[in-house]
Amino acid sequence: MSEMEPAKNMISIKIDGVEYKAKEGEYILNAARANDIFIPAICYLTRCSPTLACRICLVEADGKQVYSCNARVKEGMEITINTPNILKERRAIMEVYDVNHPLQCGVCDQSGECELQNYTLELGVDSQSYAIPDTKRETKNWSSVLHYDAGLCIVCERCTTVCKDMIGDAAIKTTKRGGAALDKDYKATMPKDAYAMWNKLQKSIIAPSNGTDYTNCSDCGECIAVCPVGALVSRDFQYTTNAWDLKRIPATCAHCSSGCQIYYETKPTSIADRTEKIYRVTNEWNYISLCGAGRFGYDFENRVEGKDQEAFTKAVEAFKKAKVINFTSVITNEEALMLQSLKEKMGVKLINREARAFQRFLDFYSQASGNSLYTTDFKEVMATDFVMSVGTSLRNDNPNARYAFNNIQKMNKGAGLYFHPVGDNLVPTFGKNIEMFTHKVGQEELALLLIIDLFADHDKLPNSVKEQLDRDKLLEALGKDSEAFAKSFDKMMKKKESFSLMVGEDLYFHEKAENIAKLIAVLENSSSVKVAMIPPKTNSLGVALICDLDDEAEGYTIGYNALGDFRLSALGDGDLDMPSMNQQEGTLTNMHKRVTPTNAALEYHGYELNDIMAELISAPKYTIDWTPHLPVEKGFKSINFDDLPNEYKNDGTENRGYLLDTTTKEVGEIEVDKFDDSTVLDGEIAYRCNPQRQFNDFTNKAHQIFEEFGLYASKERAETLGKRVTVEFDNGSLELDVIVDERMDGDIVAVPDFKSAENIYELFGASRYQKVIIREV
Amino acid sequence: MGLEQFKNRNVGTQNYVKLDLPHPPKNGWCAFKQVLSRSLKPELFVGLWVALREMINALFRGQMHTTQYPLEKLPISPRYRAIHEMLRLLESGHYRCIGCGLCEKICIANCITMDTRYDENQRKEVSEYTINFGRCIFCGYCAEVCPELAIVHGGRYETASEQRASFSLFEDMLTPIDKLNLQQEYQGFGAISPNADENIKKTPLAY
Ligand code: SF4
Ligand code: SF4
Ligand code: SF4
Ligand code: SF4
Ligand code: SF4
Ligand code: FES
Repeated sequence: MSEMEPAKNMISIKIDGVEYKAKEGEYILNAARANDIFIPAICYLTRCSPTLACRICLVEADGKQVYSCNARVKEGMEITINTPNILKERRAIMEVYDVNHPLQCGVCDQSGECELQNYTLELGVDSQSYAIPDTKRETKNWSSVLHYDAGLCIVCERCTTVCKDMIGDAAIKTTKRGGAALDKDYKATMPKDAYAMWNKLQKSIIAPSNGTDYTNCSDCGECIAVCPVGALVSRDFQYTTNAWDLKRIPATCAHCSSGCQIYYETKPTSIADRTEKIYRVTNEWNYISLCGAGRFGYDFENRVEGKDQEAFTKAVEAFKKAKVINFTSVITNEEALMLQSLKEKMGVKLINREARAFQRFLDFYSQASGNSLYTTDFKEVMATDFVMSVGTSLRNDNPNARYAFNNIQKMNKGAGLYFHPVGDNLVPTFGKNIEMFTHKVGQEELALLLIIDLFADHDKLPNSVKEQLDRDKLLEALGKDSEAFAKSFDKMMKKKESFSLMVGEDLYFHEKAENIAKLIAVLENSSSVKVAMIPPKTNSLGVALICDLDDEAEGYTIGYNALGDFRLSALGDGDLDMPSMNQQEGTLTNMHKRVTPTNAALEYHGYELNDIMAELISAPKYTIDWTPHLPVEKGFKSINFDDLPNEYKNDGTENRGYLLDTTTKEVGEIEVDKFDDSTVLDGEIAYRCNPQRQFNDFTNKAHQIFEEFGLYASKERAETLGKRVTVEFDNGSLELDVIVDERMDGDIVAVPDFKSAENIYELFGASRYQKVIIREV
Repeated sequence: MGLEQFKNRNVGTQNYVKLDLPHPPKNGWCAFKQVLSRSLKPELFVGLWVALREMINALFRGQMHTTQYPLEKLPISPRYRAIHEMLRLLESGHYRCIGCGLCEKICIANCITMDTRYDENQRKEVSEYTINFGRCIFCGYCAEVCPELAIVHGGRYETASEQRASFSLFEDMLTPIDKLNLQQEYQGFGAISPNADENIKKTPLAY
């Protein structure tokens, strides 16, 4: 059931005399892997640049020795994986890696999943020909989650590579180790590549790039995931279990709309307590990168002793008299479908603010463009070389959108335009060709008009757009000098072939959402820019497609993980307990328009929503029996849950669940409004935005995520604010601690919405930005 | 291996060999004769004499051959696999177990469980260790796999107790610190081979 990638530009190569097909321009290593052929390789990471640190991937291509991780296949190329000389090099390399490597495999957290062990055995290293005095290498805690044991590090540079090329923090780098120099004789006697590799290895070690002992980074833990040995381990996980004792449960991360592939790894809590506990989260790091919330925010389960009959009866009663169901986007497609069935059969109203805003926006977009859904996913975005972002705080809203933005700069020699009212000092460090537009709140339409002006075929534009395209004026309004921009834009456009735009939540919660959706449709119709949308929260896309949501509703309200008169809660604080996302199976719809399955990692003994359905309307035996009934007319497929795959193939194909079907129909010309300044906000402004790693009540419950609920501000702004402030909105106020976010710039402050009990959506209403009065207390 | 022999369920055609046994007594008289001839064999008196001789030897000549169990216990061969012991390092007195978990992994009865943690000295510490002796089959794999010669089978073969749990925790098996001088290096299952010195190679280090 995998979606086959189109067989574009396939060429033939020969590996060890056998003919295979490979994608043109692919690295030899990746081509071999796609054909299920093994070439030893340590330092290379798919989706990142080759560093040539290990040199073990040597092969012979057309008679010449090359590194398979950075040599590209050519038509008719003949590749030999093992020659006597290459085998000698590889063995010498592995011997070198073993020099002075501490003999502590017995306690090492890699516990057998070690690439150093594997390759040492694979290459039959049974004696050691090299020696050098060891250097004292200290163990360090780099952050609240990172533990680095320099003694175990083989300086393969995978951690630094992923941090730079994928994550974008570039928080760690190789530095001087201060080790002894190699014996001169080795140069003459050792295999050449092994010597070169050792020479470099002996000089380097990994350290935070800011020169301190602390990384001060996004704490995503991706460096831990890619480390081939036990040098980088999470502080919480260290020495608590062996890898082989853990049970792997394939799942989908339920914290944001990326819907990343993850494995929950479980084992009994302790000798005395045999209930299963999640020890860590791992991922297929060659194909997907997690953020800190996904990797460390896993212990949010709702432990329930048994079925609370009394609460259940009350819940059924509550549902019978309910007028409204208020819920969040942290919900499976199946449960969303249940709520929709309730609406159809019992006439309750459904309230989900973030999904409703997105639903409206999608409707506006479909009406204007004729496409049932946005046309691009973030994999396609990642393949472009010019990327733009409008209406999203890239660093906070969606980690994978941010990774894509960064990866394009690093891997595709890309360029980028970043439009956002809240200044950010991390994004400009992603690459040399990034222009930051820190525009005023409410000027999002101008940003889109500028993009249309820059990229569209002006002949194809409707008049209502054309007459608004005065580049100098647009640039001026957006705070740029037009000459300087023209110059840098020329440079940015050099050798660029494919263009993409990502848009986010600011545009859905916008007074002019309809007009903005039209502008996006215009852009797509008249240019080659591909547009991808970031759904606001976890399953907002699924909810928007499945549920018929209401704007306003009054009366007796059931809150599902949200406020209400009767509360169902997976947080353990409601009137009836519900299973949390790591305790239930079902599907989620992610921003890549993919419906992915997730499995239950931990047991749950209480009632589920499906039990309430069985009492109220009718329901099949299991929640997952709803899966094949997801609305086909909205693009879902009628496939049983148990038939949904959840894996990546060796060539990187994502074989998880299925892609939503999309349709296109003809529509007439689009008429857009003229921009006026009425939506522009000035003065003291608060932005509804979560700190990195916090997305909802569940991340907040996890013990390794401790970003506080407070007022986030840039360093300069925080200094003027004081320690604790009241933030007054039109319809209420909040008292919050001021927290410095060193990566924020400018005067706009951020108020998080991850605590549903604080009812932040109510304060902000239909926009993500509000004028506020801030007073020190 | 073929499965033919399992598929042949026709027992009647198999080859049974009949033993050539004397016939059982046919009537009461024959049975009486059999009992009489078996009882009145002179060996009876030989047996009585042996017992009497040994009794005299034991009681009056100090040649007692039985042990006064449970006051006395016979020494047991190191090959015997009895209740496990956890040994300590002789120099430091620290327990030898490094918490590698190999015994837990190899255990065929799946009866070893352990908890480990990151301790104050940045080392892996075994915070609790237990063997479920209700399931242990005393196969000795755990002792054999242990890289530290930490877990061994001791000489404690009496496994009757009110509760098996009373000797299954780490501290129950661990050499008491005040008895460290009595700790014996184990010679049995899993011990290093007598010629280990000949086989060992030095780790090549440049210092
Ligand atoms: S910490 Fe791990 S990933 Fe990083 S260089 Fe060392 S061995 Fe490689
Ligand atoms: S945790 Fe993430 S951001 Fe921090 S150093 Fe590791 S890879 Fe880089
Ligand atoms: S929170 Fe989002 S980006 Fe992070 S791991 Fe989960 S799905 Fe991926
Ligand atoms: S003796 Fe065998 S069954 Fe008993 S604990 Fe050791 S490995 Fe397990
Ligand atoms: S094998 Fe030995 S060292 Fe390893 S955990 Fe078991 S007793 Fe401890
Ligand atoms: S994988 Fe090619 S040099 Fe390391």
